[in-house]
Amino acid sequence: MSAHAETAQDLDPRSTEVPTGRVAVWWFLASEIAIFGGAVVCYLLFRLRHPEWSAEAAHTITAAGAINTVVLLTSSLSAVLAHAAAGRGDGPRAARMLWYTVGGGLVFLVVKAYEYTHEISAGMVPSRGLFWAFYFLLTGLHALHVTGGMVALGAVARGAARGQHLGRVELVAIYWHFVDIVWIFLFPLLYLSSGGSR
Amino acid sequence: MSAAHAELPFWKRHLFSTDHKVIARQYMLTGALMAIVGGLFAAAFRHTLAWPGESVPGFGVLGPDRYNTMVTLHGTIMVFWVAMPVLVAGFGNFLIPLMVGAEDMAFPRLNMLSYWVFFLSTAVLVASLFVTGGGSGVGWTTYPPLSTSARFGAGLGVDLWILAVALEFVAFLMGGINFITTAINKRAPGMGLWDMPLFVWEEIVASVVFMLSVGPLVAGAVMLLFDRNLGTGFYDPAAGGDPLLFQHLFWFFGHPEVYVLLLPALGILAEVLCALSRKALFGYRVVVWSTLVAGVLSFVVWAHHQFISGIDPRLASPFSLTTILISVPFSITIFAFLATLWKGSIRLELPMLFAVAMLAEFLLGGVTGIVNGSAAADIYIHDTYFVVAHFHYTLFPIVVLAPFAGVYYWFPKMTGRELHRGLGYAHLALTVVFFNLTFLPMFSLGMMGHHRRIANPSMFEHLRAGQHLQVLATVGAIGLLVATVPFVVNVFWSALRGRQAERNPWRATTLEWDTASPPPHGNFDAPPVVSRGPYVYSPDGAGEDFVPQGAPDTSQERAVPAVAMAEAVAP
Repeated sequence: MSAHAETAQDLDPRSTEVPTGRVAVWWFLASEIAIFGGAVVCYLLFRLRHPEWSAEAAHTITAAGAINTVVLLTSSLSAVLAHAAAGRGDGPRAARMLWYTVGGGLVFLVVKAYEYTHEISAGMVPSRGLFWAFYFLLTGLHALHVTGGMVALGAVARGAARGQHLGRVELVAIYWHFVDIVWIFLFPLLYLSSGGSR
Repeated sequence: MSAAHAELPFWKRHLFSTDHKVIARQYMLTGALMAIVGGLFAAAFRHTLAWPGESVPGFGVLGPDRYNTMVTLHGTIMVFWVAMPVLVAGFGNFLIPLMVGAEDMAFPRLNMLSYWVFFLSTAVLVASLFVTGGGSGVGWTTYPPLSTSARFGAGLGVDLWILAVALEFVAFLMGGINFITTAINKRAPGMGLWDMPLFVWEEIVASVVFMLSVGPLVAGAVMLLFDRNLGTGFYDPAAGGDPLLFQHLFWFFGHPEVYVLLLPALGILAEVLCALSRKALFGYRVVVWSTLVAGVLSFVVWAHHQFISGIDPRLASPFSLTTILISVPFSITIFAFLATLWKGSIRLELPMLFAVAMLAEFLLGGVTGIVNGSAAADIYIHDTYFVVAHFHYTLFPIVVLAPFAGVYYWFPKMTGRELHRGLGYAHLALTVVFFNLTFLPMFSLGMMGHHRRIANPSMFEHLRAGQHLQVLATVGAIGLLVATVPFVVNVFWSALRGRQAERNPWRATTLEWDTASPPPHGNFDAPPVVSRGPYVYSPDGAGEDFVPQGAPDTSQERAVPAVAMAEAVAP
């Protein structure tokens, strides 16, 4: 940001007070919501037409999904703590908290990998039927976002450890919450929708 | 700032520059190159349609498969690799920071990344033509099952096609976020939202519409890749899937996309019409509101592409209704443009002539759209040349005539030199004549029942009567290619040898005319301060017939202060 932009904000009461990075992240999330929204709506439309999918959903490992839900939500807590530390100007603590979040993401991916291995070796591959096609589509897309988020968290943490770009801590935290929220939709829709047929 | 910039090595100034003006030039030149490719492909398949079985110069004989590839790539290139980079990214990049008085985009490095992802997507698309099995020939809409089955010739070329389009979406998502944040947070002091030139409004709404409509298709494209490579059956009825799903996902994006292209074109027109008729834009705020309404409506018209695809007939009527409804905000905009011309001091310069040509041709496209929009009529003309003609009467003015108006208008600002007039007039006359020669016959062909996907119409007895019209259209298409020669010559000759341009050759009001031509890195000598709306032309009592947006506020010439204006419309 140059001096020019700062004077612009000082002089003009009508320019938004919101930092440019935050504006950009929210618009970015809007486009992400359209991607996941589209995929989830497709799944729902099919799911409503196919009550028999609950038998397939019963093959998902609900315990693993539940553990991952806890892990992911907890990793958001450390993201919030990182944000709070950054707000106080405490870069090293913010960095440490962000690394905890990266750790949460890592545990999530390990559990997910265990699930995939188990499912694929048991013959539950994408081509087995539409439920599994959607399962791998949605969780795979989500896992990609977790991976991308971990890279972003790590990059920001490296800067924050040196006290640089503390404003970016908030931006990755917002993004990580979004990844969380997507999972909160996926967990019940894919794992818990077995309709008591277990 | 500019001195420091001059010291950067060549590749940082011209290839990997973060300057929005350099990135705009990169987008425009890439788009122009691809336009030549897309145009040549069109000429190739038109040649085959007029003289079936004969060898096309430079292409050889086009069999049905290569014919399909030419048609597919023509559509893909013209929409995604010409219209998007030139109209949205090219003009948007060059003009948005200048028009809002910023020294660059909000995120210059993201901006550079956006171009290079786009460049990569271009490379992948070009590569897709050369793999085993050739380029995609499944139509630019890539409907399954045509696109999912190797039985129909959908080979590696289709995978690369999907990858290229996906990369291209990523590039324009990054660009769109940049456009929106720049307009929201980087406006010059004193410039409220309602002081932005209409072009900026149009680019912003286009970016938002793109951003919110493309997501489901991104998911849909991944599903298509799954179907092709992992054996899933999202679009396969035998596996419980539904091919209609892809059509919904495609057109949920595909139709808003038409408006993503239309809006920047209208923005270019507004700037040209105001400056060259010396009048304020008629009903500026009504036009902005119309644009916003059209942006919302654009999300609920998509199924009019599927009237004969087997959708529930009860769905056809509401989508007919919204389709015809969306012509209302655009009619308002067009009427506002005409009212801007009314009693203006019209200067028939080249940008104005192109703008008027755009309005006239677009009118034909709009009116025939109402015919297509009603389900009853559409069922008869669906998939015929009538639809091709309608589409090109809307998209050619949007994607070709409006950007030409913009290039003739902003070329002095972009390069610091003026375009040659004589060549410009030749370009205009040839373009308009050959465009109509190409597409007017297609309305008749459509009514005669010519189906648009037939490579050799002479194979069918009942279609032979229209063959002379096919020849006419092909002559027009080749003429249209020739018509761009004077333009290409003009651009290169003028950029090097043209007459030096002033800062403000059109005596226009918006901020981009308030700096040197071409603007230096960093754009403005001093950060501009805005004290009035964008189109103060022919004010009472002023010596000059215009007041630049950035001129100091010395009098009370501003009837409504910006703050009051913004508050008056705030909900």
